[in-house]
Amino acid sequence: MTEIGLLQILIYLIIILLSVKPLGSYMAKVYEGDFKFLSSIERPIYRFCQIAPQQEMTWKSYLSAMLVFNLTGILAVYLIQRLQNFLPLNLQGFTAVPPELAFNTAASFVTNSNWQAYGGENTLSYLTQMMALTVQNFLSAATGMSLLIALIRGITSSESTNLGNFWVDTIRGTIYILLPLSLILAILLSSQGVIQNFKPYQKINLIEPLNYQLSITDANGQSIKDEKGNPKFENKILKEQIIPMGPVASQVAIKQLGTNGGGFFNTNSAHPFENPTPLTNFFEMIAILLIPAALCYTFGAMVKDKRQGWAILLAMLIIFIPLLLGTVISEQNGNSALPSLGINQIAYPGLSPGGNMEGKEVRFGIVASSIWATATTATSNGSVNSMLDSFTPLGGLIPLWLMHLGEVIFGGVGSGLYGMLMLVIITVFVAGLMVGRTPEYLGKKIDTYEMKMASIAVLVMPLIVLVFTALAVVLKIGTESTANPGAHGFSEILYAFTSMTNNNGSAFAGLNANTSFYNILGGIAMLIGRYWIAIPTLAIAGSLARKKVIPSNPGTLSTHTPLFIILLIGITIVLGALTFFPALALGPIVEQLMLWDQYGH
Amino acid sequence: MVINLSFWNREILKIAIIEAFLKLSPRYQIRNPVIFTVFISSILTTGLFIQALLGKGETSAGFILSIAIWLWFTVIFANFAEAIAEGRGKAQALALRKSRREILAKKIFQVNRNAKVTLVPSANLKIDDIVLVEAGDFIPSDGEVVEGIASVNESAITGESAPVIRESGSDRNTVTGGTQVISDWLIVRITANPGNTFLDHMIALVEGAKRQKTPNELALTILLAALTIVFLLVCSTLLPFSYYSSHATNQGTVVAITVLIALFVCLAPTTIGGLLSAIGIAGMDRMVQANVIALSGRAVEAAGDVDILLLDKTGTITLGNRQATEFFPAEGVSIEKLADAAQLASLADETPEGRSIVILAKEKYGLRGRDIKELGATFIPFTAQTRMSGANLPGRQIRKGAEQSIDEYIKQMGGTMPVSIRKIVENIARQGGTPLVVAEESKVLGVIHLKDIVKGGIRERFSDLRQMGISTIMVTGDNPLTAAAIAAEAGVDDFLANAKPEDKLKLIRRLQNEGHLVAMTGDGTNDAPALAQADVAVAMNTGTQAAKEAGNLVDLDSNPTKLVEIVEIGKQLLMTRGSITTFSIANDVAKYFAIIPAAFASTYPALNQLNVMHLATPQSAILSAVIFNALIIIFLIPLALRGIVYRRVSAIKLLRNNVLLYGLGGLIIPFVGIKLIDIILGLL
Repeated sequence: MTEIGLLQILIYLIIILLSVKPLGSYMAKVYEGDFKFLSSIERPIYRFCQIAPQQEMTWKSYLSAMLVFNLTGILAVYLIQRLQNFLPLNLQGFTAVPPELAFNTAASFVTNSNWQAYGGENTLSYLTQMMALTVQNFLSAATGMSLLIALIRGITSSESTNLGNFWVDTIRGTIYILLPLSLILAILLSSQGVIQNFKPYQKINLIEPLNYQLSITDANGQSIKDEKGNPKFENKILKEQIIPMGPVASQVAIKQLGTNGGGFFNTNSAHPFENPTPLTNFFEMIAILLIPAALCYTFGAMVKDKRQGWAILLAMLIIFIPLLLGTVISEQNGNSALPSLGINQIAYPGLSPGGNMEGKEVRFGIVASSIWATATTATSNGSVNSMLDSFTPLGGLIPLWLMHLGEVIFGGVGSGLYGMLMLVIITVFVAGLMVGRTPEYLGKKIDTYEMKMASIAVLVMPLIVLVFTALAVVLKIGTESTANPGAHGFSEILYAFTSMTNNNGSAFAGLNANTSFYNILGGIAMLIGRYWIAIPTLAIAGSLARKKVIPSNPGTLSTHTPLFIILLIGITIVLGALTFFPALALGPIVEQLMLWDQYGH
Repeated sequence: MVINLSFWNREILKIAIIEAFLKLSPRYQIRNPVIFTVFISSILTTGLFIQALLGKGETSAGFILSIAIWLWFTVIFANFAEAIAEGRGKAQALALRKSRREILAKKIFQVNRNAKVTLVPSANLKIDDIVLVEAGDFIPSDGEVVEGIASVNESAITGESAPVIRESGSDRNTVTGGTQVISDWLIVRITANPGNTFLDHMIALVEGAKRQKTPNELALTILLAALTIVFLLVCSTLLPFSYYSSHATNQGTVVAITVLIALFVCLAPTTIGGLLSAIGIAGMDRMVQANVIALSGRAVEAAGDVDILLLDKTGTITLGNRQATEFFPAEGVSIEKLADAAQLASLADETPEGRSIVILAKEKYGLRGRDIKELGATFIPFTAQTRMSGANLPGRQIRKGAEQSIDEYIKQMGGTMPVSIRKIVENIARQGGTPLVVAEESKVLGVIHLKDIVKGGIRERFSDLRQMGISTIMVTGDNPLTAAAIAAEAGVDDFLANAKPEDKLKLIRRLQNEGHLVAMTGDGTNDAPALAQADVAVAMNTGTQAAKEAGNLVDLDSNPTKLVEIVEIGKQLLMTRGSITTFSIANDVAKYFAIIPAAFASTYPALNQLNVMHLATPQSAILSAVIFNALIIIFLIPLALRGIVYRRVSAIKLLRNNVLLYGLGGLIIPFVGIKLIDIILGLL
């Protein structure tokens, strides 16, 4: 690894860590209702929607409010896509989105996955991008945070059934946290050249016309062959190019901040209009981790024991940093098959970053691409600035496995931390047994009911990923979408269902996911992956809220000590590894081993 | 009655081996979800073996057979672990049943020794029937003495052969069915219906017949079931994954179902699954060994969770009696004179306090005990009215008593209490002692310091408890001053002075409202409400029926300090569960390294690099993992039965030790074990 690269990682982590406390305590105050400076926006919304902000909800009413709200969101996104040809701001005259794709996209954006089986610039009108997708980028993120806050209230309250008000939490999360941050980021991005307009796509003349060959096909699409059986080509000259436009900055800002990740353009943040410079790249990378990391502090502040928040953040970092370095090193070392083709992968500081540059943008290089790939899969963001399909097997394994941990290393805004808290419950249970006490967390006893719910929450992701992948690899409609045979094709399918079920949304690339099979199965995976975890989480919140707070004493297992952090890390890793080791062995692991076998380390 | 049988007693072993096979019935297996999946796996592999015999096997019949055999062994080993844990209880129950033999009870219809007796079988006795029990008779059922006093041999229940006194109208009025009256007679009102007596409870308990899963055990079972489901998914989806891989690469064959079943059984938490109920039974058994009868498994578990112990001062923290430790003479009185007067006043005083005064005077001032009759003295016993005792000698009237009583006494005699005496009295009280003022006629001679003697080693014990996060509260009827001093000396965390029984109840309620789990011991009827309220309530076996009914544990030794031991047994039970769970899950890592390369090497030879143990062949690798998985159950049975070593240290130290031992150990041991088995298989 180059020194510049190491410095880049250091600065990145330091900035994230420095922002944790101010943003975290700000968010805690937002949810505790300490801020009123936007009440002139807040109150009219309550009045208009007939929300009684003081009215507390039980876990069941909180849940049903969330489900109704999200279901409405799915319907709205679906309908806007289906009707976009009748709606305004369709400057390119796109037709209605086909039903399966519209369903997949609706499920994707409402569940904060932002899996994209479409290419934005050739499928969706500006109105669809703004009103359907960007709106859900805000609301799905706010929903995730609301669920987390409800769980925290469950932990802190004593002998109560109240978890707060879903509408209030979601509205406050949107207008106090997501909107201001997005505004700042959007302005920063557009200052660097990220576009924000409603212009039609621009046709421009190329400075250097491009000569290329196109194979001649018959009416059936079969290439016509010459006498020797070789396909026939015709020479073509390309003089102009269509440049897509649109309100990009506003969407990119929230897609990075809200762990959404759905790009305005097909190539996501590899596109120069979404991410033009190394500086925008840095801003966007900061935005990926910003809120998920700060929410740990919010958690600590709200449970009135900041050490608890730091402990969880530390556990996440201890898993994250080595994996980040692993990706960087693996990519920097390059692909051991390439030197035999005469490709030089050695880094020359100041001249060439070296390493495996396949699928990476030259303006970002190895390190910025690797940080992004790791951060975007550690959180459930899923935006990309490079193509994971072209990473080394090991470099691709790490993002995949980060998702296999259940999107709990930072994870989605809100959802990552509540997922992590499920693992904390399991850790507390095992650790509690080992010290001879029935387990408790932050003064709340962990009983059979909590274990049942935490087990359900932890169980669902492997269930869906493994079963759906198994289905896809034995069915022709599943395998024919892969671009590569063998182990790599397996990785592509495994990655797709891992990404969707974990509501990550990043694509490995190489898999044609816009088929009815992947659209429908994937849509279902995203819905189950989101709500099957959200429901038990709220159930635990409700059950914890009803319990008494037990005072702590020296016999209580402290949950902020290094030992506990190590145990939490151990359980997170062991669960993730034990569940997915066999599948990974048949995908990226064997791919890397074969590479080493053939070309040496 | 506690029989000291080793678990490895030949008789118990024999029965356990038979039981291990009898427990193979599906109806029994379904109760343990993890082992049930192994049971099904064994049936499936047996089926695959038969298929192979018919010539349509997916792989060699010999290999399938060896896997099938070891899977059956896994189930049988788990059964065996449970059977052996039950074995000691069963033997004990057998002994107890002998004391429940059919007795002809002498039923009477009025409470009168000479009433007409009807002989009825003890099994027909109902609550509120009255029976007469005479010397030599066995007491037919549990009851309360309504008349009479007798010595009773309760060794059948407590194992203690010295007879105890049972009498009506006291806190010693309960009798237990199956015990024997040795002298005199009792009229007993029956308090338990047939089948519901203490003995019945005890038999059911030690036998484990009534054992229900405790909440914590249930929570663990859920976690284990979830893990099992995950591994079931992991292994069953490997079939399509393998199908895809071998077809996509045109290499090797699809993985055999036998191999996937073997992988599943290895990954499923069979070690803890197989030992879980043995651990629970052994925990109850350890209680029995400590001579404590737990009326529910829940109570044993709750004992591990208790964070406050309410302890009666007398008998638990201090020796039962106060003792004289020092004489403080009044001004102008020699200490010998005071000692002499104090001894004279106490010569005939048979209370422990009185005796201790005589002894102190003898040891410190060489004053030998004298015969009160020779001196022509008459003893003035303590009465509630005078609240003094003493002796009248010819020409001398000596009195000792509390400051107030003596004050009144000397006023009558025309004297006054000197200020210096008042100061001494106050001083003694502040130190937690009881001052006894000695006066002769109108003159105060001095003060005797009576002190509560704190039991040896109790301070260290409390400090250990504090380390474990358990605070102690001393409950006493003493005034706050005295109580504070004793509390300080004994090292308890808090005390409740001037305590009346209802104060105890209030205190427990308040602590529980604050979220604490409270344990207490009690014996009297007036303790019953507090016992019923406490989370862990240990009733003394000598206590009243009401106390025993209100408690959820009964201490047959009636030793109030036992509470500490009970807490430790509860903790040890949970820790054993937790540690073996951690061990079980940590084991999986090594098993992956054994099985995954073996299972898929035909498709992807590169995977052989993961064969870090260098196991000989794919088949021996898989078989070694399965054998290890079965044998580890057997190896851990002693640990499950004995419980892991428990030391009184803080939670964080405990966790560190156990994580290192069972977590790290669990990671490493299977690598060694599987490699060893592989080598042995290679030699065969």
